[in-house]
Amino acid sequence: MEGRPTGGTGARSAPGRRGFIELILGGGLLTLLGSMLYSVVRYVIPPKVADAGLASVVAGKVKDFALNSGKIFRFGNRPGILVRTQGGEFRAFSAICTHLNCTVQYRSDLEHIWCACHNGHFDLVGKNIAGPPPRPLDPLEVVVRGEDVVVSKKA
Amino acid sequence: MWRALFDWVDSRLQIAPVLAFLRHKQVPVHRHFYWYYLGGITLFLFAIQVATGILLLLYYKPTAEAAFESVQYIITKVPFGWLVRSTHSWAANLMIFTAFLHLFSVFFLKSYRPPREMTWMSGMVLLFLAMGFGFSGYLLPWNELAFFATKVGTDITGAVPLVGGFMKTFLRGGEDVTGTTLTRFFGIHVAVLPMIFTSLLVAHLLMVQRQGMSTPFTSEGHTVPTPSREMPFFPNFFLREAVLWLGTLALLLYLSIFLPWELGVKVDPFASAPAGIRPEWFFTFMSQSLKYIPGTVLGMDGEVLGILGFGAGGAFLLLVPFLDWWAGKGRRHPFFTWAGIGIIAFMLTMITLAYVKPY
Repeated sequence: MEGRPTGGTGARSAPGRRGFIELILGGGLLTLLGSMLYSVVRYVIPPKVADAGLASVVAGKVKDFALNSGKIFRFGNRPGILVRTQGGEFRAFSAICTHLNCTVQYRSDLEHIWCACHNGHFDLVGKNIAGPPPRPLDPLEVVVRGEDVVVSKKA
Repeated sequence: MWRALFDWVDSRLQIAPVLAFLRHKQVPVHRHFYWYYLGGITLFLFAIQVATGILLLLYYKPTAEAAFESVQYIITKVPFGWLVRSTHSWAANLMIFTAFLHLFSVFFLKSYRPPREMTWMSGMVLLFLAMGFGFSGYLLPWNELAFFATKVGTDITGAVPLVGGFMKTFLRGGEDVTGTTLTRFFGIHVAVLPMIFTSLLVAHLLMVQRQGMSTPFTSEGHTVPTPSREMPFFPNFFLREAVLWLGTLALLLYLSIFLPWELGVKVDPFASAPAGIRPEWFFTFMSQSLKYIPGTVLGMDGEVLGILGFGAGGAFLLLVPFLDWWAGKGRRHPFFTWAGIGIIAFMLTMITLAYVKPY
């Protein structure tokens, strides 16, 4: 608009200075907001919890597991599932469903692993066989040491 | 004396024009007139939520160790605590229900057409926020159902392209759903959402006042002319609305007393998700449909596809004032009517399946 020394098409000498001031003020304000936002974003994401480096855990005693049964056990901060097959073999997996994070369970009627949240099915090697899970369950290593069933991370 | 007090306030704040506006505000009367009450009922239920929510705050403790026990204490020991808690849960559900009815009535009457695009969009965002209230509030009693619902819900945000990872960690307060998540959800539920929701609600209501009530096509003389009758907002419409509020209150108290809201079982992070698990009914249309999408579709994770689908549905509803430009010209395009019917049919089918045949 005519007569208004704004940064646009106004008087000739003013825009340079005004533009400079606007740049400094605007830039300063943006930097201030940016630095505030940065610290807020950093603040809301909590620091990583150090992994305890859990190597193995005793999931139970051999005699506690009937054939064709399963049990959730604590593997560090996360749940694991230990299955004793019809043939007496032990298998262990992470119990976190690969679909949307629910904790799976062993269904002795189906003789495989099932997730109640969205009807995901996994066979006894952890493979996703039906329903929405996109990937197999993460396998864990099982060793029977005397009476103890010891589960550890896959090497 | 009242007159003197009024004059004293009015001379400082000039409230007389506002009162004159309210005195002269008219509500159009036509055969779809009854749908106008739904927004008011939703507002009434929100007021109940604020009141009962504040009462719950007096005893609730937002930590993994104490949350479940504190709700148990409220419903078993605190006088009328059972009523306050049950009313809060029931009113939340009724509020979402009436908000959906309000949404679809406005959708089919095409009241989103110019100049009310922003009113529609603010209403849609209010509904999303109300669902956020439902999602965050669901976890607060720290029971098993809510624990898994939260695991699933936050994991879904993780699948959103680009910002998903950040959102998931932000909501959970870490890698997993833990007590930290509970404390965060508490803050979101009682501070962040109320602040945003209330501001937007005020804007939504102001827009409705500023623009007046929309009248459907049929009563604007485009197709079926109807008599252009009107009713004063105050007291005629207001008193009718008030009767409905009393009816809503009666229903709410009936439900709270005779069907008290369950507390469930305390969270055990090392237990399997129980069979028949499902989120609150207004999320079941999503959770149920996720059961039918296979793990991988066209090389893409099924869950991502589902989320993109729901996102597209939400975006369609949010932006419908700009997509349906026929409505602005007073024409009823069948696509939008059928899209609305399709969305309702889909939601009702999935909700029914979730309860009748979950697997």
